[in-house]
Amino acid sequence: MMCSLLHPGLILILAGLLIPLCKGKLRTAVVLAVPLCALAVVWNLDLTTSCSTSYLGFELQLLRLDALSLLFITVFAITVFTGSLYCCLQANSRELSAAFIYAGGAMAVVLAGDLITLFIFWELMALSSTLVLWSASNESSRRAGMRYILIHLLGGVVLMAGITAYLNQTGSIALTAMQPDSIGTVLILCGFLLNAGAPPLTAWLADAYPEASFSGMVFLSAFTTKTAVYVLMRGFPGTEILIAIGVFMIFYGIIYALLENDMRRILAYSIVNQVGFMICGIGIGTEMALNGAAAHAFTHIVYKALLLMSAGSVLYMTGKRKCTDLGGLIHSMPVTAVCGIIGALAISSFPLTSGFVSKSMITQSAVDQHILWVWLALQAASAGVFLHAGIKFPWFVFFQKDSGLRPEDPPLNMQLGMILFAFVCLFLGVFPNVLYAMLPYQVDYVPYTAAHTLTQLQLLLFSGLAFFVMLPLMKRTLTISLDFDWFYRKLIPQLVKWLEQLLSIVSQWLMPIQNKLMTVSLLQNASVSNRTLAFNLCLVMFLFVITLIYYLLV
Amino acid sequence: MPSTHLPLLQVVIPLLAAPICIILHEKTLTWLFTFLVTLTSFIIACLLFQHAAQDQVLTYAIGGWAAPWGIEYYLDRLTAFMLVIITGLATFIILAAKHSLETEIAADRAYLVYCAYLLNLTGLLGVLMTGDAFNIFVFIEIASLSSYALISISRDRRSLYAAFKYLILGTLGASFILIAIGLLYAVTGTLNILDLAERLPEVGNSGTVFTAMVFFTIGIGLKAAIFPLHLWLPDAYSYSPSIVSTFLAGTSTKVFIYVLIRFIFTLFGIELSLEQVGMNELLMLMSIGAILYGSFQAIKQDSIKRLLAFSSIAQIGYMILGISLATAAGLAAGLIHVFNHAIIKVSLFLCLANIIYYTNTDSIKQLAGIGRRMPLTMSLFTVAGLSLIGVPLTAGFISKWFLIKAAMANGYLAIVAVIVFSSILALVYIWKIIEVAYFHPETEAVLQQTEQRQTPWLMYLSLFLFIGACVYFGVQTHINVGMAEAVAADLFRLQP
Repeated sequence: MMCSLLHPGLILILAGLLIPLCKGKLRTAVVLAVPLCALAVVWNLDLTTSCSTSYLGFELQLLRLDALSLLFITVFAITVFTGSLYCCLQANSRELSAAFIYAGGAMAVVLAGDLITLFIFWELMALSSTLVLWSASNESSRRAGMRYILIHLLGGVVLMAGITAYLNQTGSIALTAMQPDSIGTVLILCGFLLNAGAPPLTAWLADAYPEASFSGMVFLSAFTTKTAVYVLMRGFPGTEILIAIGVFMIFYGIIYALLENDMRRILAYSIVNQVGFMICGIGIGTEMALNGAAAHAFTHIVYKALLLMSAGSVLYMTGKRKCTDLGGLIHSMPVTAVCGIIGALAISSFPLTSGFVSKSMITQSAVDQHILWVWLALQAASAGVFLHAGIKFPWFVFFQKDSGLRPEDPPLNMQLGMILFAFVCLFLGVFPNVLYAMLPYQVDYVPYTAAHTLTQLQLLLFSGLAFFVMLPLMKRTLTISLDFDWFYRKLIPQLVKWLEQLLSIVSQWLMPIQNKLMTVSLLQNASVSNRTLAFNLCLVMFLFVITLIYYLLV
Repeated sequence: MPSTHLPLLQVVIPLLAAPICIILHEKTLTWLFTFLVTLTSFIIACLLFQHAAQDQVLTYAIGGWAAPWGIEYYLDRLTAFMLVIITGLATFIILAAKHSLETEIAADRAYLVYCAYLLNLTGLLGVLMTGDAFNIFVFIEIASLSSYALISISRDRRSLYAAFKYLILGTLGASFILIAIGLLYAVTGTLNILDLAERLPEVGNSGTVFTAMVFFTIGIGLKAAIFPLHLWLPDAYSYSPSIVSTFLAGTSTKVFIYVLIRFIFTLFGIELSLEQVGMNELLMLMSIGAILYGSFQAIKQDSIKRLLAFSSIAQIGYMILGISLATAAGLAAGLIHVFNHAIIKVSLFLCLANIIYYTNTDSIKQLAGIGRRMPLTMSLFTVAGLSLIGVPLTAGFISKWFLIKAAMANGYLAIVAVIVFSSILALVYIWKIIEVAYFHPETEAVLQQTEQRQTPWLMYLSLFLFIGACVYFGVQTHINVGMAEAVAADLFRLQP
């Protein structure tokens, strides 16, 4: 069992199981020390270390360490650390425990060298993230959790069906680059994409995440979609359909975020939007694009966690989520506001923030490949991101009007969490080479050229101008925007209801026939229960005849 | 050498022990005696399993009369595989029976339950052991008659009607099987299964054999509760004492699936039953119906026993689906599910028996909040439930994996879609219980449960054993998967 001590995912899962047993200071120590231990372990591992076990007659590779997996493990570990720091005194043990198992599952997926290991931890993530959601323990999180697990289990079974077909076809379970040209790989791609929040089942993300607790969403935002991005990079680099899917997600996220009133739902939609950039990069598939997608996943986890910590602090101190209820908080919550603004600048890829150095790689790769429409779409989307996340979130929450709320900044540990990630955002923006050194391919890209910086600044300033010019249009009211989840939340239950009505009508129709049958049967004056018995007998006879005819025909 | 008589002892020990239960009469004593008898059967089954696993077919001529004139006991891998499942379940369910029966039936009738239980076990083991078609019918009747008695013994008066319904439909099924055997006897003049298998190809094209197949399919469909012939099952499971439903859910339908496999693959032979008549296509339709209908009905139930009964109908569908794929991989998947489902469903029913022991109800509405009052039982229920859904590292996942893999190998995408869809439905009905148990405020029935009662550690022991098996067979697969694959290879006459 040596390798379970070297496997960062298993370390976190084990810690997650132990957290409910720890109380008070010990719990704080555990949740802060374990992610750092995992990080230390994984950085000290030799890249050739392997850890395998046998299952279902296959040799499973639990530990595949290379530059790409190391990058994702690193960012996952620091996110768990910062997330724990942010909520170690406030969150309940159930949530922390589930979050650790969830993060451990995500790391194990990243390290998985084969599809079966991947699938096992994929399902573990689905279950434990549902527990994170449920830890908010209110009615809406319960219902959202139910929908969430249903969708993810569906994705899981589709993925499993894909894996079995792939196995039947190739006889191998290795996780390598595939092409979606057979039923197996197509199903695998669908399973991956579902977790990435791709259309048509995108709605689960904005439906579920905002119902988590103030700290739960910080964890949720980091892992599920980003592991999906990781496995797509492993399995389907350069698959062209991903470009279209990515661009769709980018604009889907922007439009819904602009229509949204709930600050955490805005940020949830912006996850879809940002993951769209990464998937687009994977679809382009050049070394530059893949580097960009990986780098963007890294920086996005950090600034999105920062934004959600900021929003979470507001929620924690005020108990309010709607933009219409908030405003003017910068005076009473300066630290939260400043950190939120830094996160907002990073997501809009403002120069000197981390978003600038990563997103521009994806845009540049579109230029290098001469895919003009993608480049145009990405540029337009950059402006859109600034509108919905860069300005809209901080403006409506921290400025806008005086909402009359005077909350203070949150407790010290929550502030420290935010400050740490705000620092990381700025640090990576100023010293991009630290990030570039960790990327899977050689980077010869310089983000800070005069032309590039100026273009980006112009883009941002004009879209900022547009925001304030159109401010009356941007003002949110208490509305709900309709999404695809209408189909499974409203339409399918309605269809089932109709079907049941139809069946009851049909059975009423059949009642006279059944009664006729009864009168000829021996049980003429029998009670109701005996009638059903007689009916069953008739059914058996009927089937007997059908089976007879069937066999004779065949 | 005593070991040569093991096949006979396997059947005869529980048969002879049943009347002794009546003589012993006292409930603790009979319980202990029954446990010892079942344990002995389990040990014998394990010995036979070891023997069969080395690819040795064992035959035992009763009274020294050689087949095809005398009755022969015939033990191959398939038989041994099923023997271990049935005796294992029978042994470890009995552990929980003592306390569970105390609350659910009148104390002075407990010995009757044990007597009928052993007779039922005799019948089931006999069906598995015998190599004679008519003898199969005889043992089916022994098993069936004792199970009618077991169902009707409950305090719940609805159980009488449930038993009556099962009696009518079960007898009908058994008679159909008898008619089928009679027809086969008419054309071949023999009752020995191996002998029949040899002679049937000569007369294979006759109408009599077709008619026999029809009778057999309907008869076995009734007994194994294959949709749409499952009508007796929900009532029989939900109104009988918990231990009885546990035992029936785990064993009886499985044995009839064994009979189905034995007839299709050994007696009729693959050429006749699958290639010429296409029995599997009909079975496939029935199984898809079973999976969808059972899952949908399960979602609508309020009584947990009934919910699990409908879930059983759906799960039987999975087993039949595996068989109907008509490939070695499909058959192996079906057999693996027979094994795993037995463990999973018994775990779920035993959790329920625990809950009923405390609260006297199995209505989901009345059990709201039970998760906070009985955290251990409900967490074990959750584990078993996840296993039923098919979460990795549990037994249910192994079944689902092999089933989907087999269906994919045939290229039946629609079948895969059905499995995918129904596993979502399984999630819905299991989650429905878990959600109410953990997230809803406690009800009266649940609150009353706090009045102190001694924890029956035996019930927990039995439960832990089965939950442990749920997890163990999800991780270590070489015993059940290895055996199931060997059986499938045997039946398809493949060289390993």
